[in-house]
Amino acid sequence: MSFATFHPFGADLLTTLVFLPTVGALVLAFFPASSKAGAKAVGLLTSFLTFAVSAKITLGFDPATATPSAFAIDRAWIPRFGIRYQLGVDGLSLALVLLTTVLTVSVLLVSCGQEIEKLRGYVAAFLLLETGMLGSLVALDTLLFYVFWEVMLVPMYFIIGIWGGKRRIYATMKFFLFTMAGSLLMFVAILYAANVHLKATGFQSFSLVDWTRAASSGAWNLTPGAEALLFGAFTLAFLVKVPLWPLHTWLPDAHVEAPTGGSIILAGVLLKLGTYGLLRFAFPLFPRAAARYGPLLAVLALVGIVYGAWVAAAQKDMKKLVAYSSVSHLALVVLGIVAGTGAALSGAVFQMVGHGLTTGLLFLLVGVLYSRRHTREMADFGGIAARVPVTTTLFVVAALGSIGLPGLNGFIGEFLILGGVFQVNVAWAAIAATGMILGAIYLLTLIQKVFWGPETVPANRSLTDINAWELAGAFPLVVLIVLLGVFPRPLLNLVDGSVKTLQRVSAPRAAAVIARPAGKDAFERLEVHELPAPREEIAR
Amino acid sequence: MPFPAGDTLLILPELFLTAAASFVLLWATFVSRPRERGLAFFSIGALAATGLLLFVSARMAGTLPRSAFGGMFAMDRFGLYFKGILLLVGIVTILFSLRFISVSPYPGGEYYGLILFSTVGMLFMASGTHLASIVVALELMALSQYVLAGYFKRETKSLEASAKYFVLGAFSSGVLIYGISLVYGAAGTLSLAGIATAFTTAKPPAFLVIGIIFVGCGMFFKIASAPFHVWAPDVYEGAPTPISAFFAVGPKLAAYAIFARIFFVGFGPRAGDWSAIIAASAALTMVVGNVGALMQTNVKRLLGYSSIGHAGYALLGLLAYGDASGIGLWSILVYLLAYAFMNLGAFGLVILLESKGYAGESVDDFNGLAAKNPWLAAAMLVFLLSLAGIPPTAGFVGKYFLFSAAMKAGWFWLSLLAVLMSAVSLFYYFRIARAMYLVEGEGTLHWREEPAVSAAIALCAAGTLAMGILPGPFVQFARTCLLPFGP
Repeated sequence: MSFATFHPFGADLLTTLVFLPTVGALVLAFFPASSKAGAKAVGLLTSFLTFAVSAKITLGFDPATATPSAFAIDRAWIPRFGIRYQLGVDGLSLALVLLTTVLTVSVLLVSCGQEIEKLRGYVAAFLLLETGMLGSLVALDTLLFYVFWEVMLVPMYFIIGIWGGKRRIYATMKFFLFTMAGSLLMFVAILYAANVHLKATGFQSFSLVDWTRAASSGAWNLTPGAEALLFGAFTLAFLVKVPLWPLHTWLPDAHVEAPTGGSIILAGVLLKLGTYGLLRFAFPLFPRAAARYGPLLAVLALVGIVYGAWVAAAQKDMKKLVAYSSVSHLALVVLGIVAGTGAALSGAVFQMVGHGLTTGLLFLLVGVLYSRRHTREMADFGGIAARVPVTTTLFVVAALGSIGLPGLNGFIGEFLILGGVFQVNVAWAAIAATGMILGAIYLLTLIQKVFWGPETVPANRSLTDINAWELAGAFPLVVLIVLLGVFPRPLLNLVDGSVKTLQRVSAPRAAAVIARPAGKDAFERLEVHELPAPREEIAR
Repeated sequence: MPFPAGDTLLILPELFLTAAASFVLLWATFVSRPRERGLAFFSIGALAATGLLLFVSARMAGTLPRSAFGGMFAMDRFGLYFKGILLLVGIVTILFSLRFISVSPYPGGEYYGLILFSTVGMLFMASGTHLASIVVALELMALSQYVLAGYFKRETKSLEASAKYFVLGAFSSGVLIYGISLVYGAAGTLSLAGIATAFTTAKPPAFLVIGIIFVGCGMFFKIASAPFHVWAPDVYEGAPTPISAFFAVGPKLAAYAIFARIFFVGFGPRAGDWSAIIAASAALTMVVGNVGALMQTNVKRLLGYSSIGHAGYALLGLLAYGDASGIGLWSILVYLLAYAFMNLGAFGLVILLESKGYAGESVDDFNGLAAKNPWLAAAMLVFLLSLAGIPPTAGFVGKYFLFSAAMKAGWFWLSLLAVLMSAVSLFYYFRIARAMYLVEGEGTLHWREEPAVSAAIALCAAGTLAMGILPGPFVQFARTCLLPFGP
């Protein structure tokens, strides 16, 4: 493959992808702190280049890849202790890599159009955060993954803590401690699993590839109790990040206090890393425990779907409303993962990307309004559609995408998940669907209260519409929301190989929870892999 | 009794440093206060030259390990590893002290001399293979340090620190020596190798366990682990800050060197008797250190409690005695190097702030440091992340190996506790990060105001990051510095 062998800076493509943003941040350190233009230029250039690298990787990617083995790098990092610098991608990680690089470009474009103090530090923090996120997505060595996972925390701590709202310090400490507690638990689990692997195979390895092979062949020979503990530790760490009810309490605080860019990345990518972790680590490594405790997770997810939507409907603060809607939507993704059928998994992965785009755009637009009026209370707006027509249009598109209107991306993801869940358990699907109805209620109410109707607040007369920079940031998101709604196939094809693998891993799980004999009903057609997959279309 | 002349060659570096220290003391009586800087630079030169001599004498000694003076002293890579770090600690301490002492009302001559003498004691500790030589070296180190703790003799806090350190230190030495006497009664020899042989061949008397416990208690005091830790925060708070930095790292490292040597080489065959005691102390130390640090608002006390917590983590390595790969020992070596870098660095920042007229001790003094000097704030952030064990820093690497050593040795609950305590430590380390980045402050702070301290901080930050990003070479090196022992 010519794409894989071309190394622009002497480094391989994935290493370039991960560390390019760090290079940008280091370059920034040599600019004077006051140079806003320099910060903007370096930030935009770096994030564009990173996006270009991710696009190049996608173009050279073979969608049939079933395991995270594309563009693989495998070097010793701490020699002789089995700790490796091992990177690789599959469709699942690549989809999220693209989401990350697009959203980072978006965030930096928006930051150019708004007054942000200490811009140099802001841009540098986002670039370092991007390295952490991309590294977590492409790392295949669990210890390397853990390193990147922790690296993500620090810039986010500062993004909320320095550029946040009034209660930023409380919010950032809460975010930091919740996530850190979860990830330390994962750290112990990684050490324990490495020990199990050493005892079972005689080889010291932290490689996810080795672990998955050993775990699926039964070589680990875990007792049910040990497997439950390990699964519990990994899952808890990821569920804090998702965040699933009742671990969600840090999210509304963090979102409300975070600056616009922080909210976009938090909702767009960081939450997805929780569900990514479930798909990549917790479920494939411990399939029996996953089957055993799947129903418990499903119940938590169902509570989360309804609770998140219900609480969102009661909010007066726009950001809080969108934050609680994330709790609800991500719980639906978890439900899809637990269900484990082909349709549900495809839908879950699709929805991870889709939710990143719609919620990212919603936060972006709330941020646009906030930057002009310094309030996010719905009561402070009302009837502003005529003053800010472009913002209104974009907001409506994003909200409808989030609700799941056919023709926009949210529909595809939600429909696939609900269809897949229906195959497994009708009651789950029925309860989950009510969350969708509530979703329509709260988002339409928001639009109604903020944009339509007569202009009620005089202060809004001077409201200016979205500016060119902000629009440039919103543009890729809105285009993708519409494109993925109309042509979901490229994305579904991209993740097809990974979904098949995941489905194989979860096959016993699905069998365990299906009450009825194998359902050869109408929804079987939803199984994405059964459709003929025209390879030419992919990402071209 | 006469010893072969070649033995003197092996202690040449220590002899040279002793001569240099005596020379500094003599010279100090002729030097006026403004010219004391020369003494400091001479001391740094002497420490560096000692490092060079170590290298030379190790080369000339031929195949290591070599034993000298009838088994009193050994030159081996284990000792050399510690000596290298200890000399570095001495140099950094003097860099920290340059301006600190020159603006204080106290003369610096004896100060530098005492640091050198204390370092000589520590170097001998790192090589001691006989309980008698270990005790003598320990006392040489400790006596110099009692004086250093009270060096600011007209300040009550400094005097209080010195008195506490002296009384408790003397008491613990008594306990240690009493334990040694019981061990002697059981083994009939004080040489560590001899003790090991005596214990493997014959069934030792019951009172030996008491002897081992007493020696362990003496060691727990020296590394400041619970329940013998109470002196540490008070002494760190009261002593002149560069000396606190020195105390938190130097003596602790040297004490770990003899701890590992006595327990691995000497008491190794009796591991069944002592592992439970060490496990209990490790658990208690981690909890006491980290929970104690939560309540502190004084940064020096906070670092004092945190160093207690770190002593507890390092004890985990001793528990992995039985692992054939030697992971128990080299994980301690790696961790102590990381600990030296990050702890010295953190104290360096306190010294820097103190020189700006802040008391330098309250967490509030760090307010807005990021705006005053982003580079220094970034360095402190690196130290804090490393102390908390967050990658990609040295502290993470060190903890990782210690915890996996404990887990490999079957101490699962202890490693779980250690991780939990690391989570607790985030609370107090991030209080400082929060003050630096999230709280507004006034004034500026330029590194040029304190070039020596800044250089030392830069060195520590570089070390912390290098070990965190590329741990391979450090680990490989530590693995070649193990003790000649076997389970």
